Amino acid sequence: MSSTAPAAESSAASAGLVPTKPRIGDRVFQGLSTGSGIAILVILALVAAFLVLRAFPALTTDPATLAAQGYGEFWSWVLPLAFGTVWAAIGALVLAVPVAIGIALFISHYAPRRLAQGLGYTIDLLAAVPSVVFGLWGIFVLAPALIPLHVWLTTYVGWFPLFSGQPSGTGRTIFTTSIVLAVMILPIITSLCREVFLQAPNLHEEAALALGATRWEMIRMAVLPFARAGIVSAIMLGLGRALGETMAVALVLSGQNRVDFQVLTAENPNTIAANIALSFPEAYGLRINQLIASGLVLFVITLAVNMLARWIVARRAQYSGAN
Amino acid sequence: MSTATAPRQSAQAPVDNPLTAGQLPSWVTIAVGVAALAVSALVFTLLDTGGIALIVVGAVVLFLVVMHIISLAVEGSRRAVDRLAKHVVVTMFLLALLPLISVTWTALSHGINRLDPEFFTYSMRNVVGAGGGAAHAVWGTLIITGIATLISVPIGLLTAVYLAEYGRGALARSITFFVDVMTGIPSIVAGLFAYALFTLVFGPGTINGIAGAVALSVLMIPVVVRSTEELLRIVPNELREASYALGVPKWKTIMRIVIPTAVSGIVAGVILALARIMGETAPLMIAAGFTQSMNTNPFSGQMMTLPVFVFDSYARPGIPREPFWDRAWTGSLTLILIVMLLNLAGRFIAKRFAPKTGRK
Repeated sequence: MSSTAPAAESSAASAGLVPTKPRIGDRVFQGLSTGSGIAILVILALVAAFLVLRAFPALTTDPATLAAQGYGEFWSWVLPLAFGTVWAAIGALVLAVPVAIGIALFISHYAPRRLAQGLGYTIDLLAAVPSVVFGLWGIFVLAPALIPLHVWLTTYVGWFPLFSGQPSGTGRTIFTTSIVLAVMILPIITSLCREVFLQAPNLHEEAALALGATRWEMIRMAVLPFARAGIVSAIMLGLGRALGETMAVALVLSGQNRVDFQVLTAENPNTIAANIALSFPEAYGLRINQLIASGLVLFVITLAVNMLARWIVARRAQYSGAN
Repeated sequence: MSTATAPRQSAQAPVDNPLTAGQLPSWVTIAVGVAALAVSALVFTLLDTGGIALIVVGAVVLFLVVMHIISLAVEGSRRAVDRLAKHVVVTMFLLALLPLISVTWTALSHGINRLDPEFFTYSMRNVVGAGGGAAHAVWGTLIITGIATLISVPIGLLTAVYLAEYGRGALARSITFFVDVMTGIPSIVAGLFAYALFTLVFGPGTINGIAGAVALSVLMIPVVVRSTEELLRIVPNELREASYALGVPKWKTIMRIVIPTAVSGIVAGVILALARIMGETAPLMIAAGFTQSMNTNPFSGQMMTLPVFVFDSYARPGIPREPFWDRAWTGSLTLILIVMLLNLAGRFIAKRFAPKTGRK
């Protein structure tokens, strides 16, 4: 995807073929497009600036006032929420990643050629369902359907620490939330992995097959090693989505402000985004500042995850000889 | 990818044919599948635990294990692992279809009841029980996403032109980087930004349609930039060079040659971006607010949108709550239909009117 337009342009300019006095239309157009590029930087700076500005009172007010007028001391209030955010997102990843890689492999290497693209679109349709609808589905369909599984898991696999405790009677647990989140991040991980799998060098694949490898051995030897960095970055981008997902979690999870590793009980940690969505309409004064400050924490977490993903992609682009 | 599978003649070939010996005939897969389902249903019904979900899970696990053992005995370990991988991959795909079918079916079966003209012509003003509709929310969604598109498309398009045609050096690199960063902004953070901006600039309590549109723009701009830039880079360089050779200035080359060549893809990208922001709930809840009445003025007063309507109808129902939940489902169904139609339209335009990239 390398463009040679700027290169051709600069060589023409150095050869002196372009009139020395730039045309007025050129200058206006270049100014406009450069300006909107800079506008994006300004918008992003504004996002950060306004969030920090509104979050500032929550960070600087002394804990006693915050306990009286807000939700309590800031860090001890936000850390359990941050824990819940990460915990639910990790659960979603654990569920989604094997399935997503399986689907991507199915579409890229197993499905009949004619069907492959259509099947890919089918999975992409999952991305077309708005998160609030996933929330309703989670509450009305998935949570009741999973109650027997909650009971079964706590009864027979209860020795495993995560599955211990009294099972929830409503099914609105971190477990169910993670499943909903997993379904929601499935399309993005799948489509990114599919792209990478399709880019695996054809000659390597054919060489492996020619040496007598079965299809799975070919995938393990030629496709997966090539795609490893791409898979990791797809996972990180999926993680970023799961961390920021709001409405589905707000609807499905019945959470409190606590740290709890058991995933099947009625006591669940809440997430930052869901907590903002549920508390914001009734919030006032310092509470609004505190909620915005928690949004800032979420922003920083997702930013770190996304930048890590981009860094992995960039590093791969440098040593990969495929492009 | 080449399909180098062994010829499937084993069923009718004589057993002692050395080329097909040690292969499982294809009916074995089906037979084991049916048997696994039957055994799983029997066991879990006798144990009286779980439900249909557990029976299916049990059947799948049983199928994978039994098939692996049979294959191991007949075909050897390498073939057996290959077969296992194939079955697992197919299982994963079928697994992912379950939520898609379930969501669509639930929205369809619950939402169809109220999918009537009244739903699209009445607001919720003075509606207590049944009846009423989401006209105010539909209008709100159209107005807010319309304004968001008006803000995002010029900025996104011009930025993409800058990145593809002019940009080089540190500025272009940092814009590319920060567009990526912007793609990852959680939607609720965009909502908080719009809220903070408007309440600080226009005084406390400024929650209106424009604020919602600004929040959505923050989410939409990076998507438009990404897709447009990609499209502009596909436009073959020969076209630009031919245009320059005729003495056409650069801006005119971009306006008359480059963009028209890629316009179908750009339109498709904008439609897909629109589909993405259409379903956003959280930022609108914070920045555009709730109302039960029709409000078509984006500059004053809170404005209802379809996703927020769905959430509000579910989360704060009146008594009895069933009519509210019915309306929530119909709202969901409308939303899914709009977004899916937009997606299909975008895909269709992108495919049908794809830019001509020379020999192919």
